[in-house]
Amino acid sequence: MLELKNISFEVNEGGQDIGILHDISLTIPDGTLTVITGPNGGGKSTMAKLIAGIIKPTSGKIFFNGEDITDMSITDRARAGIGFAFQQPVRFKGLQVFDLIRLATGTKLSTVDACKYLSAVGLCAREYINREVNASLSGGELKRIEIATVLAKASKLSVFDEPEAGIDLWSFQNLIKVFEGMRKDIKDSSILIISHQERILNIADEVVVLSDGKLVAHGPKDQILPDLAGTMSAVKGCGKGLLEEGGEEEC
Amino acid sequence: MLNLDAVSDRLLEEVADLHKVPVGAFNIRSNGQAVARNSTANIDIIPKENGSGIDIKIKPGTKNESVHIPVVMTASGIKEIVYNDFYIGEGSDVVIVAGCGIDNCGPKDSEHDGIHRFYVGKGAKVKYVEKHYGSGDGAGKRILNPGTEVYMEEDSYMEMEMTQIKGVDDTVRDTKAELGKGARLVVHERLMTHGDQKAVSNYRVDLNGEGCSADVVSRSVAKNDSYQKFDAVLNGNTACSGHTECDAIIMDNGRILAVPGLEANNVDAALVHEAAIGKIAGEQLIKLMTLGLTEAEAEEQIINGFLK
Repeated sequence: MLELKNISFEVNEGGQDIGILHDISLTIPDGTLTVITGPNGGGKSTMAKLIAGIIKPTSGKIFFNGEDITDMSITDRARAGIGFAFQQPVRFKGLQVFDLIRLATGTKLSTVDACKYLSAVGLCAREYINREVNASLSGGELKRIEIATVLAKASKLSVFDEPEAGIDLWSFQNLIKVFEGMRKDIKDSSILIISHQERILNIADEVVVLSDGKLVAHGPKDQILPDLAGTMSAVKGCGKGLLEEGGEEEC
Repeated sequence: MLNLDAVSDRLLEEVADLHKVPVGAFNIRSNGQAVARNSTANIDIIPKENGSGIDIKIKPGTKNESVHIPVVMTASGIKEIVYNDFYIGEGSDVVIVAGCGIDNCGPKDSEHDGIHRFYVGKGAKVKYVEKHYGSGDGAGKRILNPGTEVYMEEDSYMEMEMTQIKGVDDTVRDTKAELGKGARLVVHERLMTHGDQKAVSNYRVDLNGEGCSADVVSRSVAKNDSYQKFDAVLNGNTACSGHTECDAIIMDNGRILAVPGLEANNVDAALVHEAAIGKIAGEQLIKLMTLGLTEAEAEEQIINGFLK
């Protein structure tokens, strides 16, 4: 179980403190798939990075299975059971797909076992397992490999930052299946996905809406989604931007 | 059986992956002397009359055979220059494994300068693998200055893999090549320096024959206070193509100078140089840390992959 308590995050730009997240308190229970959604710039990716330990909150506390992990390093959080899939996967010169998957499992993995994770994300394992994780791979291929590494890590809490970004429609169908499969085998682990996609929202147990750095809604999908569809925060946010620029309210 | 000490055995394993006497033609040199030699029906290894090295003669049409010529030095204070000339017959297809391991626990410098000349016959195909390795904690330096000259006839192909990962204090590597019509040269250099080591690598490739091509790629890591210089000159003297690349990671106080040199002397010469030097990208470290590696473990994996 992950608990965020009164989390705020500020950055300093040009001598001014700018608030990105404001006093967020949130619990992600075990055995659930939670989707965080909301308009661009609302603080969703910042929250994912705070959970993975890539950035530290300005104030507030983070607890994982009852333990205060606020000051824990990225490595220690990973070892404690937190997995993180980057929105923009990292490229490596020389490291191969097999190396990344092997490192993710933390074991001396056989090629056959590593291939299973690639097949799960819809990649022909034989063609990819020895490829370098470099610029020769397309954005969609990298994204699927990124997700495969998080699958291979088999974390207590797996965080996916916009897994659909950069993935084509055909691959997106497979991606949904990957998450459905993870949901089925969730047991006492939990999954947190940052997404704008309706189809990903549809497989959620719980939905969190973040807007302007504030938590504006959190609850079971069936309760949140109908509200979101009508007066979607994202739409509001978008309209606000347009109006400020003198545009029409028609987005 | 070879009668070498344990240190020499370890060096042989490092530079030539040899655990025992190799199959095929070989010449093993230890502390300034040839200790084992074998010629085959197609590959003759002949010591030069003046004792300055060996001639390796590969008969035309020799296929799928290999030559091993490793050098090991375990005594402190030896300095030698060895000339090895390879005559690779037309249409042959061979693997040549060279390499030098120096273990210097003594106070004096140990130096091996191997000068290799390759005469690659028409249509011949050569894979050349060379590893350099140093060990021992004596005050004496481990110095290797390899000189390589490659003369390639029509439609020949040569692939060179040159690796120096550890322990060599000082290196100046000079590589020269002249390519005939349709010849192709591919060079992969892997280099890591640490401590206060210094490594200089100079290439001069003359693309003389129509349709010939060269690809010289260096991947290197400079750690601690070490210094590297990569100086690659391609001369396009005809319709040809050439590419050089220096891809380097610097750590600590490591320094690297990459000098691009392209000279096109013909309007149909197409020459490209790429160079990138920088520290390990922070996001690469973060990705591996999210998989549970420490920062040091992540660095090690990234560098191992980079130099693979």
